[in-house]
Formats: sequence, structure tokens, C-alpha cells
Amino acid sequence: MNDQTNPDRAATLTHGVNPATLAGSAENLSLADETPCINVRGFNLHYGEKQALKDITLMIPEKKVTAFIGPSGCGKSTLLRSFNRMNDLIDTVRTSGEISIGGEDIFNKSVNVSELRRKVGMVFQKPNPFPKSIYENVAYGLRIQGVNNRRTLDAVVEKSLQRAALWDEVKDRLDDNALGLSGGQAQRLVIARAIAIEPEILLLDEPCSALDPISTLKVEELIYQLKANYSIVIVTHNMQQAARVSDYTAYMYLGEMIEFNDTNTLFTNPAEKMTEDYITGRYG
Amino acid sequence: MNRSSFRNWCNSGEPFVWLNAGAVSLSIIMVVGLILLIMARGLGHFWPSDVAAFDYTDSDGAVVALAGEFIDAESVPRARLAVGDARVPAYLDIIDRTLVRIGNRDYTGFDYRWVLDVAMHNLSYPAQIMVIERYEWGNFYGYLTAIKEDGAALHADPDWALFQRYIAASQQLLGEIRHIEKSLIGAVNYDMERLRLKERKLALDGAPEGSPAHTQIATQRVALQEKYDGYTDRLAGLYEQLNRPSFMARLADGREVELAFAKVVRAYRPNAMSVTDKVAFYFEKLWEFVSGDPREANTEGGIFPAIFGTVMMVMIMAVLVTPFGVVAAVYLREYAKQGPVTRLIRIAVNNLAGVPSVVYGVFGLGFFVYFLGGTIDELFFPESLPAPTFGTPGILWASLTLAILTVPVVIVSTEEGLSRVPRAIREGSLALGATKAETLWRTVLPMTASAMMTGLILAVARAAGEVAPLMLVGVVKLAPSMPLDGNFPFLHLDRKFMHLGFHIYDVGFQSPNVEAARPLVYATAFLLVLIIICLNLTAIKIRNRLREKYRAAEQH
Repeated sequence: MNDQTNPDRAATLTHGVNPATLAGSAENLSLADETPCINVRGFNLHYGEKQALKDITLMIPEKKVTAFIGPSGCGKSTLLRSFNRMNDLIDTVRTSGEISIGGEDIFNKSVNVSELRRKVGMVFQKPNPFPKSIYENVAYGLRIQGVNNRRTLDAVVEKSLQRAALWDEVKDRLDDNALGLSGGQAQRLVIARAIAIEPEILLLDEPCSALDPISTLKVEELIYQLKANYSIVIVTHNMQQAARVSDYTAYMYLGEMIEFNDTNTLFTNPAEKMTEDYITGRYG
Repeated sequence: MNRSSFRNWCNSGEPFVWLNAGAVSLSIIMVVGLILLIMARGLGHFWPSDVAAFDYTDSDGAVVALAGEFIDAESVPRARLAVGDARVPAYLDIIDRTLVRIGNRDYTGFDYRWVLDVAMHNLSYPAQIMVIERYEWGNFYGYLTAIKEDGAALHADPDWALFQRYIAASQQLLGEIRHIEKSLIGAVNYDMERLRLKERKLALDGAPEGSPAHTQIATQRVALQEKYDGYTDRLAGLYEQLNRPSFMARLADGREVELAFAKVVRAYRPNAMSVTDKVAFYFEKLWEFVSGDPREANTEGGIFPAIFGTVMMVMIMAVLVTPFGVVAAVYLREYAKQGPVTRLIRIAVNNLAGVPSVVYGVFGLGFFVYFLGGTIDELFFPESLPAPTFGTPGILWASLTLAILTVPVVIVSTEEGLSRVPRAIREGSLALGATKAETLWRTVLPMTASAMMTGLILAVARAAGEVAPLMLVGVVKLAPSMPLDGNFPFLHLDRKFMHLGFHIYDVGFQSPNVEAARPLVYATAFLLVLIIICLNLTAIKIRNRLREKYRAAEQH
């Protein structure tokens, strides 16, 4: 079934995205060359009786963008939320297996969850700015850490907003309530808030699903720039987006990791039939 | 309208809209009507109405001259009157009668009198007739004839302005006397009592007689005694000055009587007053009602101590109930494991709101006053025993009792507020490395503030109107001193206090002079409603500001 010689097929697979624009297309990426950032080994997760993740093993590379794609309910968000232990909030969750970041199992009893979450920042599906001023939203993480020096905060707020490409739009109204921002601005504010505390890893859970196309484009550009400093994991329903922004892509289905490869290969030459069905729209 | 179109009308939902609108209008009419009623009945009392003078044929045929204000009029069937009253013509079945406030209780025996309209003759409104409000015996109605000093007539047929000057002078003296008696001597007495307690404490601690502490107390006591003697000397002089002038007045029936200026609050001649004079007088009286102390078993003067007591008690209650209710709600909603036990606790909390308030009063008396207060007295105030300090009803216990009474409301509304905070906000905070406590403190609780305020509004509205439990735990008819004054430590939570709700009950049902008290009951009720409205409006305003701030976040 794997017909690699048909050049038209690649174009079909990426839904009209020119393969040349694929993030990984310029260089020849190979997982073997990457430095591991998150190592998942034999990870299982149950919600009560229901198993949501089945024996996941994967290595997420450092300073690259990794995308999780798959149909709704396949467990990609659950896996993402495992990386900063957000699933701890749900009483019925049980896990087994290992996820290690920086060589240390994050489920180890000695791990301080707050410190883990400072290292692993997260941006959610819907923009969730706090009902505070724009300034206080960005400074929130630092204030939690006990930083109250006005000059330090000013510098961090400006730098973070600039990196999130929001500074020019809000620099004159930093004291306005953040709830007055538009959806796209709010989402970039939330990203600024997440990078203000200098995490090593940034988890993005469908960050553009509630945004209009122009805001989406801005956030995607931002992701592309942030790659230089952070390891980014993004969950998305939008395959074009995955193709555009990510270096590596993982396809999940019903809690299982079906295929994980560099984005270019996965989209143009998937190894699995299920992957191909999904990315060509024949799924379901 | 035929049957099918009637059914169509029913199905359109129109009848339901009418029903709802009707219910709403009925509620509004009732509320507005109630407020208008108590306003009209209560606030009219302060208007200086004209004083009529007339001749009246008694039931035994004698003619007497009367003077007074017309208060009320009614028509009664003949059967209600004494059979065969000669004054009433035989053809009248319904007889009009008028309630007249004749005052002069010390001379005539009663303040109010019903008179039959048919037996009234020669009705006139003489400009010279005056009304004197007195510190004792109620109003006086009569004509001024002479001013005396040291018992000798000084001015016969005196000028009204001169008379007013005399009253102003005596008022000033009275003010000075009151200041010395209440503030200065009150402070000395307070310090004396503290010295006595200190001495007692030294004795209880086993300090030997003649220790430095003892001598210090002795010297302080001598200084206080000197101060006290100085004040009493000044008082004696002032009293002598005050009692020197007096005046003569003629009653409507022609008797001449002597009255002391010291007993006069104010004098006025309503028949000679212009409308502007009357309006000014009205507001003066109204201000006295709001800001003055009560006189004559609460039937005259002002109700300031009751206003102050009510507001202060409600505020102390709010300070006590908010943190308690909020902490309980946070634990129930955020930390406690949800299950049958928390459900049971919630049901119990909701049921607490339905317990009759007098039960809380009994609980407050038994637990707070006798047990808690008694224990505090034994531990911290042994020197004043057997006289209790906190082991007796007081404003602190009243506030605490009301706090328990209203805590379910605060818990329920805070819990509701907590459940409205979106998960996304909590997760956003946790994802930034905040602990659960930090998330609660920095984000969730500020967002719940408007719900807490809602709870507080309901609590305040309930507490301000509550009377029954307070009668057991601290409210009195007449409190000698306020819970907040100039004596260290300024805030006296152990003191008893006055309360508007209880004041209404006391004046309306326990007063010796029911007719005089009735308008005051309405006026007090109006003021209580007004205060509750003000407290609520303030709280609602704060809540709306908070709600505005966080509304957008809750919609996410």
C-alpha cells in the first residue's frame, strides 16, 4: 500500500500544504540525532476502570516542536497533561510506567509538583487569563515564587510580552483588566504568562482551537520562534497546523501510540495504514 | 372569544406572563405600601400642628375649657357610648369624636382625651398659646404670664423673645451639667473602678500591704477624689444658677402654675408660626429624634443609642460571620472529600437556617454568656467577681449569637461562588506552579468575593431585623452607656446596648403612654427599615463592582 513514488500523494496528504513549508523539510531530521527531553516508558493511565493510555513509549526531543494528533478521545491531551501532572487533580486517575524529565521520574514521591510545573509550563485550549490586570497576569508566576521587586517584575513582564509578540499591542494598557483582550491576544497573554517563569518545556493543549485564522497564524509564528528556547509539545486537531509548526509528530488512536516520526516522513510517507487513513481523511 | 381561540391564548403563554407580572406588582405594591404607611404615620408626628382652645360640655353637664392638638378623629355608633348621653341629639346614630392631646399630665392626670364633636363650642386657635416640651410629665399647653427670678416676679406679661433667651440660657447650663456629669465624672468613676479592680487584683496575687503598687494606687485615688470634688463643686454652682429663674403660666382652665426653666426642653407657639418656621421646626425635631437620647421611658426624645447599637452590632456580626462562613465553605467545597458526610454536613447547615431564632438566643445565653463568658471572667477578670464582666449579656455575645444564626447563609452563598469559578482558571494557576492554597488565595477567593458579599447582604438583612434572640443576650430598654466611648479601651464589647427592633417592641407594647408612643413606633420602624436599606445598598454596590470585575472570567 505504501506507494512512495507518487508525488501527488504527498500534496494530498498534507491537505494542500506545500511540503516545502513543512518545518522539518529544510533539514533532514532524525530522532536518533536528538537529545531526549521527556522520556516516556511503558506509561499507562486509567480513569477509574477505563484505560485512557496504553503502554505509551516515546521520546520527546529537546528544543523541537512535537505535535500529537489523533481523533477526539484518543488520549493525546491526557498524555500531555501527564507531563506536568495536571491529571493529579482528578481523584480517580491511576498511573503506571515512567515519565522522566531531565533523567528523573516525575511520579517519584520526592518530586515537588509545584516545581515540576514551573519547569513544564502549560497553555490550555481556551484562553484562561486571570481576572487581573495584564501586568499581574504575566507577573503571577513570579509573585507565586515570592518575587515582588518591581523592577525585576517590570523587566520580566516586558520581555515575556515581547517574546509572546503581544508587547506592542498592550504596552500602553498593562493595568487594564486582561479579560478585555480578544481571544487571540488572550491566548498570547497566557503564553507570555507561561514563559515568564522560564520553563524548560512548554505544553500547548490545542492552543488555537478557539481562535480565528489570523490569531492562529500569529500563535503559530510565535511557536516557531519559541522553539529556539523551549521544547514544545503541542496537541492539535488541525493536521495542517501540525504539519506547519512541528518537527516531529505522533499519531495516537484509542490511547495507543500508533506512529511517531519526523513530521515530514509521517505526513508524506506514513508507516502505518491507520495513520495514512487518518491524515488523508478516510478515518471514521 | 370562542373556545379554540381561548386555548390558543392559553398556549401562547400569555396567561403565565400575566400571572408573573401580577405577582411582581403585588409584591412591589406591598413593599411600597408598607414603607409609605410607616412613613406617613411616623414622620407626621414631628410636625408642629396647631393648638386649639375650646369649651367642652362634660358628660355630667359641666363646661370646662380645654386646649390641645387634634390627633385623630373617628365615627362611632351610638351604642359604643354611654347610654342616654344628654349631649348627643337623639337623631344621631353615628357620632364623630376627636382625640385631643391636652398634655399637662401633672395637672389633669392624662395626656389624651376623646371629645365628642357635638359638645365642643367656641373653637379658636389663639396665637398666644404655647407648647412646652418638658423633661418630665410630657407636653405643657398654656399661656405665659410672668417670669420670676429667686421667686420674685421680674417680668409680668413678658416678651416671647426674652422667654426664649431664658430657655436658651438654661439649655446651655444643662448642657454643661450633662457634660460634667456624664463625661467628666463618668470618666473619674470609670478610673476609680479600674483602680479598685487593680487593688483587688493585687490582693488576689498576694502582694503585701504597703507595696509600691499600693501606694501608687493610693496617690492616684487621692488625685481622682480631688478631681471629683472639684467637679461636684462646679456642679453645685451650676445647679444653683439653673434653678434661680422660673416662670408662671396659665392653663386653659384658668389655673396659674409655676414651672422651672430647668425642666423645659423647648417652647413654641405653633399658632403663631409661619409655614417656613414650622418646616424648620420639623427638621429640628427630626434631627433630635435621630441624634438625641431617649427621655421619659423612651416615649420622647431621640433614639440615637438604639441606632448606634443596631449598626454596631450588625457590623461586629459581619466581622465575625464572614471569615467563619468563608473558611467553612472553602473547606467544604475545596478540601473535604465529597461524599455522604459532606452531603450530610450541607443538609445540616441548610437546616440551621430554619431553626427558630429564639432558640439561638437560649443557646447564646447558655453557651456564650454563662459558659464562655463565665470562664473568661474566672480566667481574666477574677478581681471583679462576683460581679460579672463578660459573664453577662452584652454586645459581643449578641453579635456572636447572630453570627451563628446567619452563618449558614454565608456558607451556602460562598460555596455557590466557589463552584462558579471555572476549572480553567484554577488549572491555569496550578500550571504556573502555584499550590492549591496559593491558587485559592490569589485567584479563586478574589473571584468569589461577590458571592461572599451576597451572603453577607442576606446575613445583615436578617440580623438587623432580629429581636427575639437579642432580648436574651444583650439588648436592654435603656443602656446607661454606649459600647463605644472615650474611656480606655474605647470599645466595650461587654456592655449592654439598645437596638431599634427591641425599641419598637418596648415603646409599642411596654410603654405606659401608648397614645404618645404610637407615632414613635412607626418612626422607629421607618428608621430601622431605612438603616437596613442603607446597609444593603452599600453591600450591593460593593458586590456589583466586584461582580463586574469578574463577570467575564466566569463566562469562559
